[in-house]
Amino acid sequence: MALIETADISKVYELGETSVHALDGVSVAIEKGEFVAVMGPSGSGKSTFMNVLGCLDQPTNGRYLLDGIDVGGLNRDELATIRNAKIGFIFQMFNLLPRTSALENVELPMLYNNILSGERKRRALTALKTLGLEGREHHNPNQLSGGQQQRVAIARALVNDAPLILADEPTGNLDTKTSIEIMDLLVRLNRESHMTIVLVTHEPDIAAHSGRIIRFLDGRVVRDERKKPAEEKSAITG
Amino acid sequence: MINIPATLKISLRALRVNKMRSALTMLGIIIGVGAVIAMLAVGTGASAKISQQISSIGSNLIIILPGSTTSGGLRMGMGSQPTLTRDDADAILKECPAVQEVAPVLNGAAQIVYGNQNWSTGVYGTTPGMLNIREWPLSSGRPFTDQDVRSATKVCLVGQTVVENLFGSIDPEGKVIRIKKVPFTVIGVLERKGQSPQGQDQDDTIYIPVTTAQKKIFGTTFPGMVRTIMVKGKSMEDLDDAERQVKELLRQRHRLGPKQDNDFTVRNLTQIMQVAEQSTKVMTLLLGAIASVSLLVGGIGIMNIMLVSVTERTREIGIRMAVGAKTWDIRLQFIIEALTLSLIGGIIGIIAGVSGSKIISAVAEWPTIVSILSIFLAFGFSGFVGIFFGFYPAYKASLLNPIDALRYE
Repeated sequence: MALIETADISKVYELGETSVHALDGVSVAIEKGEFVAVMGPSGSGKSTFMNVLGCLDQPTNGRYLLDGIDVGGLNRDELATIRNAKIGFIFQMFNLLPRTSALENVELPMLYNNILSGERKRRALTALKTLGLEGREHHNPNQLSGGQQQRVAIARALVNDAPLILADEPTGNLDTKTSIEIMDLLVRLNRESHMTIVLVTHEPDIAAHSGRIIRFLDGRVVRDERKKPAEEKSAITG
Repeated sequence: MINIPATLKISLRALRVNKMRSALTMLGIIIGVGAVIAMLAVGTGASAKISQQISSIGSNLIIILPGSTTSGGLRMGMGSQPTLTRDDADAILKECPAVQEVAPVLNGAAQIVYGNQNWSTGVYGTTPGMLNIREWPLSSGRPFTDQDVRSATKVCLVGQTVVENLFGSIDPEGKVIRIKKVPFTVIGVLERKGQSPQGQDQDDTIYIPVTTAQKKIFGTTFPGMVRTIMVKGKSMEDLDDAERQVKELLRQRHRLGPKQDNDFTVRNLTQIMQVAEQSTKVMTLLLGAIASVSLLVGGIGIMNIMLVSVTERTREIGIRMAVGAKTWDIRLQFIIEALTLSLIGGIIGIIAGVSGSKIISAVAEWPTIVSILSIFLAFGFSGFVGIFFGFYPAYKASLLNPIDALRYE
């Protein structure tokens, strides 16, 4: 069973008289363990697609199954619970809480699923250590470099053992060297921990790290190509 | 399930980040709670003082005064016509069921002498029931008896002020003093009672048997005449009955026809005092209500700052929502923040209010009583203010769209 399965989803915004079709009949299936890059010009619908995948937005029409759960028709709190359990977000702007230590930022998702404080701390420390941030646990975001901040954000995305990572231009605010580091990190997570990663990017170099590229234009999928399918782990499901 | 300790920690951190702002917001609550406590303390102190004065004149008290007279079209003042007698007093006690105790009084000012000291004081001729009516115990010696009244013995009870002025450090018991040159033996000393509600020194008093006063000291225009009759009702509820019964009995005894006015006046002293007490209570409420307005203003201050805080932290709210915060997680975070502000303000306000009332006591020499109830009330009210004024900003925060909130600059 696919981790993500969208069936003919569309998203329509009513802007006065005209209606804008941000998504127009998108059907995509993403298996567990895939590393997918979503590309397309601004306004192509890729951000809306990511919002729907991230359960931050509901499609106007169509069906979206995430890990077998039909997300359509769930209320705000049910969506929040799903985001908490199933999805780790990585943002271009890092979106760490200011004036809050790296450790507490990583603990954040666990505040909302009743993990006890001792366990919370233990898991957050492990995640930070995995990402090479040992010794930085008590630094606030403004004391960390961009690459370190993004790694804190990745630790936050991993800490609840969510099967899906959604990354929205994760290297957009980083220099080339750090971008490569972050991408290597994501590739490693995909290869070694079998994380499913969906990543939005403008840059072909970044997209090249992925095993599958989906291109959007005017709210539709115009190309969906797998690279070297033999090497990909899309066959591994579950 | 909502993680309260973690939410509390988040709230405290947010308050610490903006120390100045938090302190100023709290100041509104501090002033409000402090004002409520201090004002209630002032009011409660005043009504306690009045209550104490009421009990010092005796409870359930009715005073009967002789009426006014009209002679040749000239109306004289109240008490100008001596109409009350000892027999009236005895009859009231015997025939009015709502009456517990009666004491006739014939009083006047008199010069008293002991050794080489002399003093002018109020001399009250009365019966043993008087001490019961005034709820006035002796500090030493014995009261005079009905036997003393019957045989008009020359014995007296002296008040503390008289003791101080006449005897100094000498024990007055058994000493002989002269009241209007008539020698009296001091058989007992009255306990200190303090000021009357009218500010008179109640301890500047000598009690003697009423018969002695009539025969030896003041004289009477007709046999058995007394100046006033003090009546103690069985209970506060019986007081109106007692008043009515006394009026009916006296009209009957004085042979007044249906068209004639009373030749006496009945004053329900306790009721008058109770009215005074009631009005002080109203004043207390009023002071408290005015002070509560400042607490309300403090609450609006909290709401204002919380709204600013929600706007400033839109992105933070978005991040929290993205990682799984539910509606009530967000709401509670801001409500707890508002509640923390108001409760810390409340605690400091209680300290300020209590010390404020102490200062008022010391500087204005006004009795203040800080009641435990007023502390709980003020604290509870400040908590309520926190929740009430914190709810709207928290509600607003919880309705944010996570996508917009994440993009908020």
